[in-house]
Amino acid sequence: MGMTITEKILAAHAGETKVTPGESVWVNADVLMTHDVCGPGTIGIFDQQFGCDAKVFDPEKIVIIPDHYIFTSDAKAHRNIDILRDFAKRQGIVNYYDPDFMDTTDPGVPAPYADPAKTSYRGVCHVALPQNGFTRPGEVLLGTDSHTCTHGALGLFATGIGNTDAAFVMGTGKLWLKVPPSMKFVFNGPMPPWLMGKDLILHVIGEITTDGATYRAMEFAGEAIDALGIEERMTICNMAIEAGGKNGVINPDDVTMDYVRARTSKPFRPVCSDTDAKYLSVTEFDAAKIEPTIAQPHSPDNRATARELSDVKLDRAYIGSCTGGKTTDFIAAATLLDGKRVAIETFIVPATTQVDADLDRCKVNGKTLREIFTSAGCEIGPAGCAACLGGPADTFGRANEPMRIISTTNRNFPGRMGHKEAGVFLASPLTAAAGALTGHITDPRDVMDFDTPIGRTTN
Amino acid sequence: MENVTRGKAFVVGDNVDTDQIIPAEFLSYNPADPEDRKFFGMYAMSGVPPAQSGLPGGGVRFVPEGEFAADWAVIIGGRNFGCGSSREHAPLAIAEAGCKIVIAESYARIFYRNSINGGYIAPMETSARLVEMIATGDEVEVNLADGTLKDLTNGAAAELKPLGDVAEIVAAGGIFEYARRRGMLK
Repeated sequence: MGMTITEKILAAHAGETKVTPGESVWVNADVLMTHDVCGPGTIGIFDQQFGCDAKVFDPEKIVIIPDHYIFTSDAKAHRNIDILRDFAKRQGIVNYYDPDFMDTTDPGVPAPYADPAKTSYRGVCHVALPQNGFTRPGEVLLGTDSHTCTHGALGLFATGIGNTDAAFVMGTGKLWLKVPPSMKFVFNGPMPPWLMGKDLILHVIGEITTDGATYRAMEFAGEAIDALGIEERMTICNMAIEAGGKNGVINPDDVTMDYVRARTSKPFRPVCSDTDAKYLSVTEFDAAKIEPTIAQPHSPDNRATARELSDVKLDRAYIGSCTGGKTTDFIAAATLLDGKRVAIETFIVPATTQVDADLDRCKVNGKTLREIFTSAGCEIGPAGCAACLGGPADTFGRANEPMRIISTTNRNFPGRMGHKEAGVFLASPLTAAAGALTGHITDPRDVMDFDTPIGRTTN
Repeated sequence: MENVTRGKAFVVGDNVDTDQIIPAEFLSYNPADPEDRKFFGMYAMSGVPPAQSGLPGGGVRFVPEGEFAADWAVIIGGRNFGCGSSREHAPLAIAEAGCKIVIAESYARIFYRNSINGGYIAPMETSARLVEMIATGDEVEVNLADGTLKDLTNGAAAELKPLGDVAEIVAAGGIFEYARRRGMLK
């Protein structure tokens, strides 16, 4: 009997030739990632357990990347950046991405970077790590954030952990993990141009519910997945956690190799699932039959099609986050919004500074993405997690009162984007842009001609 | 962890995610700072919408306004307790508020792991639909050694599932002490 990609990676990192689902193994980590929300707590536990003079297991394998609470006047958030700066300095952590424009002694909201290409700040970890070559096939990547499962899109084992586990990894380089059984989701047929990776994963979560994959690996495959670039594959794996999954994963192919080799010269060993690997379940979908999909308040599994909800009026549209704030996401939204005006307030938040730079670099119909969004009346904020998780009250785009928001983010439990009574409708960037245009939930096919492709980038 | 805990139950429903357990706006407090840490107790469970906070009636605050802890002995939840964000602040907040046991039908994986590896609370599972058997404010007795729960107010009882292979980590009080006992750490 063969092994799944998840089993192969865990076996290789546990020094075993074979592992079986349900078995607990001690695994060596290739990358440990933490950010400004969980980093200070992790550092506190590390110092307490290993001693203030202790050294991390490998300073080159730790990535510290502030991304959550940067553009806020919250004094504790500023203090947390100081903690990360101090730790990175005393531990010699070279992969620390400092918000260098931030004077933590200044009590106000920091003025953002002047040029996204000239700052050490990167923005949202789950998009920045792949962009900077830390996400490599066949490896084990652990991060103090539930959406760490995003990275599995590049053919690695990646999962979210807490502060205590992260402190343990920081000191030892190891962690015990229970080998998950794998559920396979196959999307057959060509990918329709009006659908995005987001629609596929919202469809799956609606099918299996928010705990349908608890303790399990979610492996995605099929012709429609193969047709996607890395960024939309990331969107799919990103939301594995919303079904309770331990990790999301896609077998690496040429698209993966091209993406990774363009970003790192570090060697890595890609592996793929065996054809006779054992799965807990295999579910097949015909991509052409899936419609633009929405998760209604207040749960990512509260599925409906956009057309079923066309009478739902909206107050706000939000396009951003690790889930829906990547370059491909903005190209899709800009293609729909080109030459038009939004009907409701619309927030654009690039996930990373590189995506921010792409707003000026990438063009649709001869216009930059930034020109299209500005002309359409959207507000564009600096790179970061911003209002995806609400955050401090002065966070850009935060829902500070009850309202209906269509959002490209990942989670819509009560209070996620701020106010407990705000209703968040999760959608693809195309469907969010369509809602921004009309002011009510709208199937993108009803406002756009899809004879021409949406500018889906393969990489 | 005491084998027998007696006190009042606080009841919530299914899919209580970690944003409800500790809303993101409070995550700038640093759990490693003793002064900051108290505030996780103050805001524990403060994101649960009022109608679902303290079932069956709702409208019960987990921690009274302006206080850092409450006297709930146990939180009773439904399915998928602790889903969502991986923030370890969630089990920490429940513990800071003075509650050391959660009993639910199932847990999200990261919350369960954080509860045990961080040594904050004992996340016990049961196949009983407790949220329909127990009311907020009921006096309950939880016996972790026997794996039983009794509602002393209405006489209801339920069995708790054994912790299984994580029992040793719970007994050690967390992953660090467990690893030391096993000789993996000095």
